[in-house]
Amino acid sequence: MRLGRALVSSVALGIVLAFTAPAEAKTLRYAFQSSINSFDPHALNETFTLGFHGNIYEGLTRRTPDLEIEPALAVSWEMVEPTRWRVKLREGVTFHSGHPFTADDVIFSFERASSDASDMNGKVGSIVEVVKVDDHTVDFITGAPDAILHAEWDTWYIMSKPWAEEVGALDVASVAADREHHTTRNANGTGPFRLVSYDPDGQTILEPFEDWWDEPEHNLSRVVFQPITQTSTRVAALLSGEVDVAEPIPLQDIDRINENPGTKALTGPELRTIFLGMDQWRDELTYSNIKGKNPLQDQRVRQAMYQAIDIEAIHRVVMRGQSLPSAAMLAPGLVGFPEDLERYPHDPDAARALLEEAGYPDGFSLRMNCPNDRYVNDEAICEAVVAMLARVGIEVDLLAETRSLYFAKVLAQGGYDTDFYLLGWTPSSFDSHNVLYNLVATRDPERGRGTTNLGGYSNSRVDELTDLIQTATDQEERLALIQEAWQILHDDVGYIPLHQQALAWGVRDGVNLVQRADNQFVWRHVRID
Amino acid sequence: MSALDPLHRTKAEEPPRAPSAWARFFDSDIWYSFTRSPVTVVSALIVLIFVVGALFAPWIAPHNPFNPAELNLMDGFTPPMGEAFSGNLYLLGTDDQGRDVFSTILYGARISLFVGFCAVLFAMVLGISLGLLAGYRGGWVDSLIMRIADVQLSFPAILVALLIFGVARAMLPRSMQGEMVIWVLIIAIGLSDWVQYARTVRGTAMVEKNKEYVQAARVIGIHPLLIMLRHVLPNVLGPVLVIATIGLALAIIAEATLSFLGVGVPPTTPSLGTLIRIGNDFLFSGEWWITLFPGLALILLALSVNLLGDWLRDALNPKLR
Repeated sequence: MRLGRALVSSVALGIVLAFTAPAEAKTLRYAFQSSINSFDPHALNETFTLGFHGNIYEGLTRRTPDLEIEPALAVSWEMVEPTRWRVKLREGVTFHSGHPFTADDVIFSFERASSDASDMNGKVGSIVEVVKVDDHTVDFITGAPDAILHAEWDTWYIMSKPWAEEVGALDVASVAADREHHTTRNANGTGPFRLVSYDPDGQTILEPFEDWWDEPEHNLSRVVFQPITQTSTRVAALLSGEVDVAEPIPLQDIDRINENPGTKALTGPELRTIFLGMDQWRDELTYSNIKGKNPLQDQRVRQAMYQAIDIEAIHRVVMRGQSLPSAAMLAPGLVGFPEDLERYPHDPDAARALLEEAGYPDGFSLRMNCPNDRYVNDEAICEAVVAMLARVGIEVDLLAETRSLYFAKVLAQGGYDTDFYLLGWTPSSFDSHNVLYNLVATRDPERGRGTTNLGGYSNSRVDELTDLIQTATDQEERLALIQEAWQILHDDVGYIPLHQQALAWGVRDGVNLVQRADNQFVWRHVRID
Repeated sequence: MSALDPLHRTKAEEPPRAPSAWARFFDSDIWYSFTRSPVTVVSALIVLIFVVGALFAPWIAPHNPFNPAELNLMDGFTPPMGEAFSGNLYLLGTDDQGRDVFSTILYGARISLFVGFCAVLFAMVLGISLGLLAGYRGGWVDSLIMRIADVQLSFPAILVALLIFGVARAMLPRSMQGEMVIWVLIIAIGLSDWVQYARTVRGTAMVEKNKEYVQAARVIGIHPLLIMLRHVLPNVLGPVLVIATIGLALAIIAEATLSFLGVGVPPTTPSLGTLIRIGNDFLFSGEWWITLFPGLALILLALSVNLLGDWLRDALNPKLR
């Protein structure tokens, strides 16, 4: 027995040694609060997934640390006609599988990203057709002139057509599907890192791709990703030196991480806006005690919910001062931020009066969907909202769950199965148009418009404005149109914006990285001393 | 009839002057051994306080933490006896949502004790029935039941409970889950705990069934079911009572564990385990009271029930008397 135990522990020690040895060779050990659920680059338009995929896959463009656009798989692009863009593709690029990168891959990736099961429709929505000119030149035909066509190419990832045919990955592995696709566990991009092994609940290992077309800036020989869901465990792993980067760091632990020798917390404002959305398209809420009509279709009810929420209390207690309460659906500094917009004041009495006026003196009940491992203190925010709404008579059944289950319900792929939800959004083009097009404009699956308008808000003037904003070339006029759209949304209370959250990453000393304001962790900038 | 009367034992045989149940209880060996064990008396008092606190929580607790309309978020993270934003005083502080920790412990103990009692009752009924059946009938029935028990015993109870919980969660529609979650917990914990009872009862039943009084009953043609219930069962109740008491502590801990793992009661109606889980996130940042007090309450409750069980085992064991 003794001997057996000694043997086991020496074997265990051997395993530990075997794992720590390559750590000398510049391994980046990275912990996030949830696992990466799929490696399909077109399945889920969500920052963490996009950011993670961006280390494996590449788009036609990419973003610098300051979020400027720079060429990646495309070397140049120009508008040859108002509705035709000519794009020169990079030559000599190979996928991890060894397939060469050609124009066919771009066409394939366009078709795949605009398919029904894809979540990327909005990124390529204005493109009608992609025409192959030669092996390394394509023309993008748009329905109407689109001055910001290339703004989201950095997160529209290119897949290899021959590879997809070989492995049977022509279809998108939809997040709502129960069944796994080949791309759920396998990735094949052109990016700086290639997937070595994947374990959803354990370690996912990646290594640098030797044949990458660009000169690596990083000095990594391996990346080990590990989901650690429990917040305190994640912090403890960072403090004990078990991981190099832990993200996100709970707000209450920032001081402790800075005081601990050998670790620091990187904080900054994030461009993401956290907001509440409401089902306004069904004639009857799915999970409400009100039958035959939908109370959320009444602007007064939506405003009552808005005014019931005490954003200062959320800012002070839940976010510990690390948030920026917002009246707008995008962060300050982004193109078209409406500076004049002010939040409806917190006023429970006014909220109750509005509910009574709308014919709900006793309130009503509905269900709220909330992720519990996606945004900073997301579940705590939802719980606080539930309490605040209870005080004006609205009884909320809170369904807080892990992000994969949450997204599978609320997104288009899940049939927008929600009454009321909390979501965060970073416009990946850093422009108001992205928010208007994806979140505010009326849903139009044909065009890929309004895909993430989960509540089905619809205002024909806003739709018109969104189209005008896309084609407008005069900057001043464009900004005026944007302001008008934001004002209409505010008056309609189409959404309840809450705040911009703070970014907080925990980093071990000696790890040099770039913290981008869009919260994507780009490993190609990482250098370990 | 005085309980102090040293002669009453002989008098008790006189039919018309039978002592009342209370008097018999206070004069029993059990009561004697109870009063002689200070640890047991203290444990019993603590359990009693918890039971009363849980039963009368709506009247005792200063706040109702399960009513979201009563919560004041601005009072969140108030330290014990500290001044809250609203001016309220919170004996044991508040959690991240402004819930009074003291009230939540009372309401949480309500859930914990309810789940504990019901789970033990369920496990007991199931275990005793199967144990009696196996012990009395013997043969292939015995083999079948005991092999099932063996298989189940090789899995940790919490794993079995998690499995049952997962299946129930997948099967039940979401609208029912809110109310069903407590019953699912009870069934999950009960189903993972019945083996102990079944084994004990089976062993005793096998011994008892060969004794003369059972054989006599069989000879005069009493129905086997009646024999089991009327004659065999009372003889196995002693050890079952001991297991049940210790099982109660285990069930309370199992409920807390499941809630700590996040599969138990929803966060808007926290039990002790849920509170400890919430507080766990704030341990590093100095808000120790959110997890410490519910943790202490859980330890105190489980320990007291366990000590009671230990004492009961000794008191009911004729060899140790």
